[in-house]
Parts: sequence; structure tokens; C-alpha cells
Amino acid sequence: MSTEPMAAVTKGATPKSQTKSHGIDIARIYRKYGTILIFAGICILASLLSPTFLTEANLTNVLRQVVVVSLLACGVTFIIILGQIDVSLGSVLALCGVIATSVMATTGSIALAVLAGVAMGIVTGIINGFVITFFRIPSFIMTLAMTTVARGAVLLYTGGAPVSGLGEFKVIGQGSIGPVPISVLILAVFVAISWVLLNKTKFGRYVYAVGGNDRAARASGINSDSIVVKAFIYNGILCAIAGIVLMSRINSGQPAGGVGYEFDAITAVVVGGTSLMGGTGTITGTIIGSMIIGVINNILNLMNVSSYWQQIIKGLIIAIAVILDVWTKSARSKKKA
Amino acid sequence: MSAAMGLARLNDSASGHSSRGDDVVLEMRDIVKAFPGVLALDGMNLKVRAGTVHVLVGENGAGKSTLMKILSGTYAIDGGEILFKGEVLTRQDTSAALERGISMIHQELSPVLDMTIAENIFLGREPAMSEKGFLSRFVDFTRMNADTKALLDRVGLKYDPETKMRDLSIAAMQLIEIVKAISRQASLVIMDEPTSAISDTEVAMLFRQIADLKASGVAIIYITHKMEEIFQIADDITVMRDGQFIAAAPASEYDPSKLISQMVGRTISSIFPKEEVPIGDIVLSIEKLARTAAFEDVSFTVRAGEIVGLSGLIGAGRTEVARVIFGLDEADGGTIRLNDAELKLKSPKDAISKGIAMVSEDRKAEGLVLCRSVGENISLANLKKFAGGLFISERQEETAAQRMIKMLQIKTPDTAMIVENLSGGNQQKIVLAKWLLGDLKLLILDEPTRGIDVGSKSEIHRLMTEFARQGLAIIMISSELPEILGMSDRVVVMSEGRVAGELTRSEANQESIMRLATGGH
Repeated sequence: MSTEPMAAVTKGATPKSQTKSHGIDIARIYRKYGTILIFAGICILASLLSPTFLTEANLTNVLRQVVVVSLLACGVTFIIILGQIDVSLGSVLALCGVIATSVMATTGSIALAVLAGVAMGIVTGIINGFVITFFRIPSFIMTLAMTTVARGAVLLYTGGAPVSGLGEFKVIGQGSIGPVPISVLILAVFVAISWVLLNKTKFGRYVYAVGGNDRAARASGINSDSIVVKAFIYNGILCAIAGIVLMSRINSGQPAGGVGYEFDAITAVVVGGTSLMGGTGTITGTIIGSMIIGVINNILNLMNVSSYWQQIIKGLIIAIAVILDVWTKSARSKKKA
Repeated sequence: MSAAMGLARLNDSASGHSSRGDDVVLEMRDIVKAFPGVLALDGMNLKVRAGTVHVLVGENGAGKSTLMKILSGTYAIDGGEILFKGEVLTRQDTSAALERGISMIHQELSPVLDMTIAENIFLGREPAMSEKGFLSRFVDFTRMNADTKALLDRVGLKYDPETKMRDLSIAAMQLIEIVKAISRQASLVIMDEPTSAISDTEVAMLFRQIADLKASGVAIIYITHKMEEIFQIADDITVMRDGQFIAAAPASEYDPSKLISQMVGRTISSIFPKEEVPIGDIVLSIEKLARTAAFEDVSFTVRAGEIVGLSGLIGAGRTEVARVIFGLDEADGGTIRLNDAELKLKSPKDAISKGIAMVSEDRKAEGLVLCRSVGENISLANLKKFAGGLFISERQEETAAQRMIKMLQIKTPDTAMIVENLSGGNQQKIVLAKWLLGDLKLLILDEPTRGIDVGSKSEIHRLMTEFARQGLAIIMISSELPEILGMSDRVVVMSEGRVAGELTRSEANQESIMRLATGGH
């Protein structure tokens, strides 16, 4: 507290742009290249630990496995850049996926099924976004409530029993075009859309601005509430797509599916360098982050590590990623003072 | 209880203990404090006698708060000497001086609202169940409440020690702070504008407590801008200006005009690159504008090419008026007309679409997204210019940003530089650039050069002249009188939420502005 005014005066007096620091700055290197270096390191480690890791079959398998979490991660990246959070991803995924399979079972139309699932995703996104912005409720609490509401709704709707008799529906999650799985293509499309939205549109800019400084964004004429609602809608759509891909792959509408997926998705985003404080983050980072999580899962499976251990390891990863984020930030601000 | 009665008691106790007034409690000699690029204090002296109220006066920025922060141990001194009760204090001693009997009541109170009065008074030094051992870890609430009750009784306050701070008025919190100071057995209490947020009745209560403190031999350093208050309460007055000691004398030797001339008595340097530019038609006209608890009956006009300085003391309502014109807050009454069309502003978005922009006094909180790049910040308020459809044309955006960087001479390696890493002056220019990108008619600048080094300051002043030449109407809020006098074509002075008067460039001088600002006529 006491040094604050002095720091401000220092800032006014010396143009920092001219006093760039030379020499090795670990914090800065980590912030810039950290995720890609970690990903490369983990891949090298994985190929040393298990000879099967680098086989084509295994790598395709890794890709298939990361699709669902990556889709969720792309959507929630927008939310986290906004400085918000969504912990209802897994439940909303199940709700939308089951609605899609149920429509599939009754109509036999993939298009209608996908539409119904996505519509459900939009609805949950509107509800989350509206309640958060209109009533000024912390997004953590609102989406925590949504977690059990969505899960309850899907269990109520199905009576707890899986939806079956899905006909051609499985092609989304299991089919391939040439050597490339359709689900991976779907992911590629949404990664591209997310990247373009975030980097090339006004909406993307406003997401960064609102997350970086809501007051400044408002004072610049940005309707930040509408940006938050739109981001939650996009996030809801991606939950629905993830749900459709997951239920199609297992060829069954599972009301209990997707439990805990939000954890993997948020971990991927944070490992990918998006700050939980908002304002910074990238889609490429998020994708590398979910690949890191995917490869770690894969290598632990290949080495027959108990799933209990896997949980502990994943928990440690998110804690370390956040510690590194905070640490590199404070290292930067210390340099300034 | 009226202010007059409070004053009467004050005088009683002063005469009753006049002998005590001769021993000096605190002496600060030739105090020097330098911040990088600024000499905040340059040979400041202060001598405070026991059992007196010593009023410290000076313009905003004269160095009063810096001096007090030195006393309370926040800053170390770069030169000079502090004697407290005859002992020389070094930096370490100064921090410890809080224990030794210096107590500061800050301008902005920071009570823990959800704790009780007793818990606030004893925060950090709660009485324990026993001196030693296991029980010393437990708070003895019975004793804490009883002690608080005794303290409150002593000063004649009828509060329950278990009342939550949240349920008290600002004045009551202020009084509780004083009780806290007494409970620490302070022999010197510093009060920084304690009446800035409280009503007349509450001022009377406060003054009564001050009288009692004086009576028990406590010395009080009192900072205020309010002229009438100074002469009500002061035993001694010290005037400071630009970090320097100007004069000190018993209050009886001063009258308001002598005090004002000592506070401001300086010739303005010619660093203000003000040029006469042709003044055009009325752009903004506000009439009887009001907002509850902030300001009322505010009317003035601004013409194209004109710089109108909005002057007044901190808290006079200047920023509040600006916020309404920019749509950040809504008015409760009155009209705003821009180029003869009445405006109904619901948000800054409305104001921006009409060509109104505001550079906030707090550029970090409201002007910039610090964690984003220079380019992104410059284009933020005008992205639609670069995005006909869905996508942003990055080439156009980059070109525009480069043009602004060149025009405003922003020192940055490229547009991708993160704003956080630039100096205050450059950051402020980015805020200006952000607005200049749009089609502006009215620019509101709130403290445009606060916290900026001298070089960037005069550059921003040069730019203001340039904007005026291009036909922009400009409202400049500033707490620095030289800046107001140097840059304004006309000065509107506000005092306590009202327009106290309007002065032309030739009528405006430091005395005339200070007289209006302090409520004199």
C-alpha cells in the first residue's frame, strides 16, 4: 500500500519503453513460449517412456480423445478471457447431447438432432449470460447452479436411462474421411471459427477489452453485458457440439456423461496460457493446452498408471499452471518497480 | 448543537489551557523529499505546539499529504530533521512513532464495516483473556467492549460498542477514528480534510471532540481547504506552496485575503503553449443540470475552439458534472444540448455516438486496457470504422494507429507493445489518440496531466491548443491552478456542487479563482 504512490510517480518520470532489460528473463520466455516448450518436452518424454506413443494408431487415438475436451476448452477460453468462469460445461454437454440423441432416436435425422442439441446449448448460454450480467451474480455461482440444474434436467428427461437406437448418428464420432476422423475435422472447424472470432472481429476485440478492464471498455462505448451474454452463447454452442460428438462416439445418449469434463477443459485453457484474471489468452494456447492434457492422459494410460494417480497428477498440473501464471506476472511487475 | 456552540467551547478550552500551548511537540526542519523527477518537498518547516490546532494550508499538490505521510512513516525523508517531543526521529523511529503517540486520521476512512465499533477501535491490539499461555490467544470481548464503552463515555458518545461500523454515519465513523486516536494515547493527531464528507451538525460534533482533545494537551495538525473552517478552528497556521515553507503565524495574524495570496502568490511560468484560436459557435450548452448528492443548478456553455477550464477544490463536483455529460451517470434534472439538439444520454455509448469523448482522471481504471496492445487500445472506441462487416481490416487499423502515434509523438517501438509497459505520459497520449480517431465535437479532459512528467505535460498542452485550433470544444478539469490559468479561455469555478462563478481569461487569476472555490465572493 505504502509504496504504491511512489511507484506511480516513478512511472511518470521515466519512460520504461527505453529501458528494456537485457539478459535472460525466464519469466518472459515462459510467458511467450512456455506452453509449446512444455508440449514438446512432454512429447519427447512420452516417446522415450513408451514405444507405442509415436505410432499412427496411437496418435489418432490421442486426437480422437482430445476432441471433446478441446471443443469445450475453445468455448470456455472466451469466458475465461472475459474474466469469468463456467463450471457447468460437463452438465450442459450431457443435456445437449442427450437432447440431440433423443431427437435422433425419434426423427432419424442427423440435421434435426444437431439443431436440437445446439438450440439447447444456446438456451443454457443465454440463461447463464443473462443472469450473470443482469443480476450481477458471480459467474462461478451461476454456473455452479447450472451444473446441477442441467444434470437434474437431463436425468429427469431420460428417467436416468440412456437413449439408444441412434441409427446413423455414430458417424459423427466414429466415422472418418480418408484417414482423418470426422470428429477431428469438426474440431478443426471450430478451432478456426474461434480463432477468427477472437482475432479478426470486433466481438473478439471487445472480449479482450472487457476482460482486461471492464470500466475502460464501458467508457469506450462498449456494451460489455452484451459481450458477456454473446460469449456464453458461443460457449453453450460448443458444449452442445462436444456433447453431440461424445454421445455419437459412444453411440448412446448418456445422461450421466461428461462428468468432470469442465475440469479438463479449464485446465487446458489455463495450461495454454490464458490468465484466470482475464484480458489475455489465445486459442492456439488453448489447443496446445488440451493436447498437453491429452498426451499426459495417454502416456499415463500406456504405462498403466492407476486412474487414481491420474486424478492427482491432473490436479497438480492445474495448480502448477496457475502458480506459473501468477509467478511470471509478479516477476514482471517486480521488474517495473 | 450548532457550529457556533462548538466554536464557543473550542475557545473556552483554548483560553483555559493557554499555558500548555508553549511547548513544542513536533518540529520538522528543512524537510526534503524527492520523487524521481519531482521535488515534492524542498525545505519545509513545521512547528506544532501541544494543546493547539495547527492548520496546514496550501493548494492541491503543494505537498501537504506528502509531509503528513512522512510524519506517519509512509515515506522516508531525503533531507532535514524531525523532532518529536524533543527527540530526533529517523526513518525507523518515524514508523515506530505511531506507537509513540502520532496518530493519523486519513481523508478516506478505512474502517472494517462489518466489525463492531469495539473491534475497530482495538483492531490489531485486542485485549486477551490472559497475559500469557494458551488463553492469550483468545480475545476478551467483555473487556474490549467495556473499555470501548469507557472510551465512548469519556468523549460523550452514546453508541453501543457492539454496533456495526456499517450502521454508522460517515461523521460517526470519523468520531470513532478520533476515539481510536485517543485510545492510543496519541499526543499528536493528524486530520486530513476530516470535514470533506460530513454535514454542518456533524462538523460541530467533530469540533467539540477536537476541543476536548486540545484541552487534554493533544496537538492537532488539521488540513483543510475551507476558508471559514480555518478561521474557526486554527490556533496557528502554516502555509506551504510547491513543497516549500512560505509562512507560519498565529491565526489571529491572518485574514482570508492574506492567506490566499500566500497560498498562490507565484507568477505562472510560461510553459503553457496557449495560443489564441478563433472561437466559433456554441457546441455544448448545459442548463440547470443536477444530480442528487453530487451537484445542482449547473449551467455553462462551451464554444467550438474554446477551452473551458472547470476549476474548484477536490470534491466540488467537477468530475461528477463531466461524468453526466459523458453519459457515465444519469442527470436528475436539467438539460444538455449539443449543437442545439437536446441529448438524452443513457451510457457512454450514446455520448460517443454524438461526438463526445472523455479522458478520465484515472486513466488506468477507465481509460486503458493495460494488458492489451497500443494498437488495440487506440482503435477500441472506433472499431466500427475498420470493420464494415464482421471482420476488422487490420491494415486500415494499423495505418490509423501509426498516424496517431506519429501525430501525438507516442514513444512506442510498435503498435503491438503492451500499454502497461509505457510511461504515464505516453499512456495518456494513447487515451487521447483513442478519442481523436473518432469524429469529435466535444472533448472532456479530467486532470489531463496528473502524474505526468513535465515534458509530456507541456506536450499534452500543445496538443490541446492544436485540437482547439481544429474547432474542438474542450472542457478541462484541473486541480492545478497554473494549468487552469495557462490553458483556459474561460474558467467556470465550482464550489460544493454549484457553479460559484465564471471568469474570463482576463478576469481569472489565482486569487479570484481561490476566492470563488473556497466559497467566498
